[in-house]
Amino acid sequence: MAADREERRFAEVSRDSVKLMAESAGLELGDEVAALLAEDVCYRLREAAQSSAQFMRHAKRKKLTVDDFNKALRWSNVEAICGYGAQDAMLFRSVKEGELFFVEDRDINLIELALATNIPKGCAETMVRANVAYLDGKGNVGPQGTVPAAVQSLSDDLLKYYQQITRAILGEDPHLMKVALQDLQSNSKIAALLPYFVYVISGVKSVSHDLEQLNRLLHMVKSLVQNPYLYLGSYVRSLVSSVMYCILEPLAASINPLNDHWTLRDYAALLLSHIFWTHGDLVSGLYRQILLSLQKVLSDPVRPLCSHYGAVVGLHALGWKAVERVLFPHLPAYWANLQAVLDDYSVSNAQVKADGHKVYGAILVAVERLLKMKALSLPQPAEGCSSSQPGCLAGPMGYRVSSPGLSPPPEPLAEAGLGIASHLQAGGAGCQWEEWSPVPLPAMYSELYSFFGDSLAVRFSTEQSFGGFSPCTPSHFRETRKEPLGHVSNPDTTRKMPQLTANLNISPRQDGSPRTDPPPPSLAATGSVRSLARSSMQRSRASSSRSGQRSIGLSRDVFPKARFTSPHSGPPTFSFVIGGRQMGRRCQGRRPFQTIFVPTPPPPVVLPRVYTHKLPVIGRVCKPLRRWTRSHYSLHLPL
Amino acid sequence: MYIKYIKSEPPSDGFGNSNANDGRLLSSSPGAGTGGTATGNNKPAPGPPEEQQTLLAVLQFLKKSKLAESAEILRREAGLPEDALDPKGTDASGSGPGLAAGSGQVDGVDASSLLSRVTVSSSAAAQAPKKDSSLAACFYSLSASPDQPDVSVVLSAYSQQGDPSLYDAYYSGLKRFIESVLDCHRAELSQLFYPLFVHMYLELVYNNNESVAKAFFEKFSGDQECYYEQDLRILSSLTKKEHMKGNETLLDFRTSKFVLRISRDSYQLLKRHLQERQNNQIWNIIQEHLYIDIFDGMPRSKSQIDAMSGSLAGEARREANKAKVFYGLLKEPEIELPLDDEDEEAENEEGKPKKKKPKKDSMGSKSKKQDPNAPLQTRIPLPELKDSDKLDKIMYMKESTKRIRLGSDNLPSICFYTFLNAYQGLTAVDVTDDSSLIAGGFADSTVRVWSVTPKKLRKVKSAADLNLIDKESDDVLERIMDEKTASELKILYGHSGPVYGISFSPDRNYLLSSSEDGTIRLWSLQTFTCLVGYKGHNYPVWDTQFSPYGYYFVSGGHDRVARLWATDHYQPLRIFAGHLADITCTRFHPNSNYVATGSSDRTIRLWDVLNGNCVRIFTGHKGPIHALAFSPNGKFLASGATDGRVLLWDIGHGLMVGELKGHTDTIYSLRFSRDGEILASGSMDNTVRLWDAMKAFDDLETDDFTAATGHIHLQDNSQELLLGTYMTKSTPVLHLHFTRRNLLLAAGAYNP
Repeated sequence: MAADREERRFAEVSRDSVKLMAESAGLELGDEVAALLAEDVCYRLREAAQSSAQFMRHAKRKKLTVDDFNKALRWSNVEAICGYGAQDAMLFRSVKEGELFFVEDRDINLIELALATNIPKGCAETMVRANVAYLDGKGNVGPQGTVPAAVQSLSDDLLKYYQQITRAILGEDPHLMKVALQDLQSNSKIAALLPYFVYVISGVKSVSHDLEQLNRLLHMVKSLVQNPYLYLGSYVRSLVSSVMYCILEPLAASINPLNDHWTLRDYAALLLSHIFWTHGDLVSGLYRQILLSLQKVLSDPVRPLCSHYGAVVGLHALGWKAVERVLFPHLPAYWANLQAVLDDYSVSNAQVKADGHKVYGAILVAVERLLKMKALSLPQPAEGCSSSQPGCLAGPMGYRVSSPGLSPPPEPLAEAGLGIASHLQAGGAGCQWEEWSPVPLPAMYSELYSFFGDSLAVRFSTEQSFGGFSPCTPSHFRETRKEPLGHVSNPDTTRKMPQLTANLNISPRQDGSPRTDPPPPSLAATGSVRSLARSSMQRSRASSSRSGQRSIGLSRDVFPKARFTSPHSGPPTFSFVIGGRQMGRRCQGRRPFQTIFVPTPPPPVVLPRVYTHKLPVIGRVCKPLRRWTRSHYSLHLPL
Repeated sequence: MYIKYIKSEPPSDGFGNSNANDGRLLSSSPGAGTGGTATGNNKPAPGPPEEQQTLLAVLQFLKKSKLAESAEILRREAGLPEDALDPKGTDASGSGPGLAAGSGQVDGVDASSLLSRVTVSSSAAAQAPKKDSSLAACFYSLSASPDQPDVSVVLSAYSQQGDPSLYDAYYSGLKRFIESVLDCHRAELSQLFYPLFVHMYLELVYNNNESVAKAFFEKFSGDQECYYEQDLRILSSLTKKEHMKGNETLLDFRTSKFVLRISRDSYQLLKRHLQERQNNQIWNIIQEHLYIDIFDGMPRSKSQIDAMSGSLAGEARREANKAKVFYGLLKEPEIELPLDDEDEEAENEEGKPKKKKPKKDSMGSKSKKQDPNAPLQTRIPLPELKDSDKLDKIMYMKESTKRIRLGSDNLPSICFYTFLNAYQGLTAVDVTDDSSLIAGGFADSTVRVWSVTPKKLRKVKSAADLNLIDKESDDVLERIMDEKTASELKILYGHSGPVYGISFSPDRNYLLSSSEDGTIRLWSLQTFTCLVGYKGHNYPVWDTQFSPYGYYFVSGGHDRVARLWATDHYQPLRIFAGHLADITCTRFHPNSNYVATGSSDRTIRLWDVLNGNCVRIFTGHKGPIHALAFSPNGKFLASGATDGRVLLWDIGHGLMVGELKGHTDTIYSLRFSRDGEILASGSMDNTVRLWDAMKAFDDLETDDFTAATGHIHLQDNSQELLLGTYMTKSTPVLHLHFTRRNLLLAAGAYNP
């Protein structure tokens, strides 16, 4: 009967079911009675269902429960149905043979239940918890942003996660750490924990004695930075400051020379660059600030060399522009200090000197990259690249042709002179890098070369990817340079360039030592006593005669041409010395070594002694001071 | 003609107040026209004839039920002569017409029908056993009778109808006619479809034409407005005459006249059509079961009609909303500020607009002596302020100086109280006015009270210990507390069913809870014990609320009546009867003179506490109403229903003034900010939404015409008024509360 209906609006109890139930109760029903009953049962069921919905609504639920239905039954004077109050879903089973469906009703062994020892725990106590959901009606005040810590609490799960992760990362097991870092890097639900992790990371300051821990914390930073689901927001500042700490601070761990804190600094610098690359939008405001602090460290001679090293790698990490802006202008001033360290061969200085070499290496790497990038960033990088190897000529040509503005050497060179002067000035003044004006590549090269000499060149020549410029050997370079110069027919400058290249082959000491008279010349001018000159003198004194000879020979080749014809000074004031190759022989691991007379600001007339007072401060303060002074005298010794 | 039949809506609500002990408090109100009598409507001087009839009928019923004493009291109260009953009393069982004619008191009115109503209604009460359990309920069924034909009258009316096979033709004939009329009339006349459809269907079912009825239903149920769907579902399940008995929805439908508002033009059109066609069948139904409220003027548009329709019994009659409502606020009692009031006063000067804003009316009344819209201070007796109340008022004033001025550009912060581990058992929440306590009613019959401040909850010491303390000491109030009992949470046991309603007293000394077990319990928050169990509702009590001045409280439940109680009376003072389905929520007006009730019949009624009259009927919701909120200035009412809409009502004019659409599920909580600028609504859809109440009420065009006709033009500006939607984490919002500083607190149970 029910099945005959054209439309079935409701679930219906069939006549057969009614009959079946009647039979089970021991009654025999006629079809008609059963049909009537079935219909009535349906109606009553629907009525009860509608009433029970009221209970559900008033209980403010969306789910109708057995309890609701029982209450509705009570309204219609029907006994409640017991035994179905459990929260769990009831299993609805079918028996294939009988096409019978039923709710599973298992026998429960009451004795077993009563005597069971695993007494179920009581359900957790109902409680009220308050949390500020929206402040001033704005935005979801999530865990990020400015929620006062007082109103913010973590769910148990998050807390557990936090504990596990920190324990794994800071713990002993490297494998665990790896897993934890991996998860930190990819977990999308840890936004709430970010402040806590950042807090943990800021603990770098308290573990500066433990390289391992520092390293782990840095790895944590890396994972957080790389997590694509995290919005670091203002926390990025905290992260950056932690990283900067690792880069710059004279860590307690670095007291022990056996600790490889250099790697840590390298890694931190890498991380810094990573942060700037990936979260540039967040840290753009920090860039200047960081440059300033790096510059500050660099220009502070009291700082230990490892800090300087950090500053250099930090600058390097921030890109060649940072190097160009900060390191390059500052190099002349810094070089003097470094040189002094490097030239001190006393046993007590060995450690410091080793550190100095580190710094030296770092600077070298940085400036090389600077040169490379600068060359690449010139208008014709593509062309230069395409004709990388054989195009050593074509490259410069292209360079010249393509950039007519730059190619006329006189101008850039003239500018270079000014530029050098100005940034020297700036370097002396402290940190006016805003006034910095770009130094044209040739000038930069020439200047850098004046510091690094061969080692720079060597690096270049081995660098394949350095389009057009790198493959140029110095001589090529000179030649190509000559050409345009000739074109423009500016004899002065033509002379200048070859001179620089010529110096490549000059063994610095030989050049320097004889010529540097008490008032050692600077690049541009005369008269100022240069500590570097002194140091080179000292070194030259110490160095073997053989190298000296060789360099003499070399220098002779070039020397006639290589007259430094900077308009201001005569040939004898030839000021720079590059000390180089012999180092490999002499010393532990410091492969490329040069001593350079830097075009530092020519202090009008600075007496050596006065100057030495200013200088000696790399690494240790007292001892070098004396040495410096002595070295000053030593300058005269070979003479 | 029914159209001419004018009578104030539930004309005999006063019967509900016939409990002997309710008069003490209310009778002392001098402003009351009914003062001094226990039954509000029964004036010493005999009222209009109809009223007298009713009285006679009641008297007779009482006599028949062997309640001679009550009958005597009633007779005396009504000022009827001693012999008024006698002729009838002699053979009350008979209902012959001759008898009624014999009673000289009833002038020219058909007393026989009246008598038959009385007798029948007593039998009707017997049929519905749950209704006759209390005297009041019996009166209730009586109260419906004079105005609305009762069950058996309707049923017998059904039985007289003609050929069932023609119903289809009748209905489609009318349908064709309505579809052919001009557009402006069509919308109005379309209102006829639903009530006609239901009555015709019921007639068919009553006359055992099951198959015809089913076919009829199939054919025409699709034409009905979608908001009647729920009723249609109930209707469709009903196919037998036997089912009709005891089906409350149908009883409602039959015992109440479906009210339609139609313009005179449209009505004439309809009348002419029906007369031409000799369509008596439909004409009879219209006459018997429909109340057509005719107005002069432009026919209403479809949207206007849709805005107001949807309730179980059609729209409210216009007369029903004509009574004057004193919606103004009461004068705040003058409280001398404490000694440090110097700077306080100074602060008030500058902070005046901020602080006084919500009290504008009352402040105004202070200066003007009398706000025309405010009730007399003594209209209903209110409890006197205790010292502690005064202290609290001072605290309140201090707090309100620090109140944040909210607005569309300055939204409140929301703090959410999440009930954890409630296992879907949280059924009601309330927060004290000062936001120091939060209470939850649970499905496991418990009431739990938490302190949300660091101050723990403490019980008063036992009587024996209390004897030991020094009663003269200054800190005696502190000494009576038992430190050992200090805890954050107190659980109150006593109910035997889920607790659906909960309300703190304004002084925080008491807590009310209403439960499925039919009782309302009053708990002391000093001893954390149950003080009183108020019995009266025999069915679940869905909601209860304390008056803003304490002492009184209102409750409403499945028995369709709302009751007004006083805490020191174990029986209700007033019974507000008139809703056609469960009362789902109850709210006190801020001036305590009125009570609003929302119901499953999809109407909201406003009742006068003084005389028990229904003074407003608001229709327009399309689902059971679950949330009500008065604006702080008392002028407006907001209501939320299962249809997810919030409707705004102007109490003074009795008009709908706004519709806020946005929620997608039942709205369980509504609250105005302290200054009435923001309306917050919380819903099952796990959101809190904030609405610009200022704007909603400012934009009102309450010109005289609108006020007179009640035809509102609602612009659909919900999106402009919606200031924000705030999601919770799968937590339905059961309660909202603005702290005195206008921080919004929301509460609900996490529902994983």
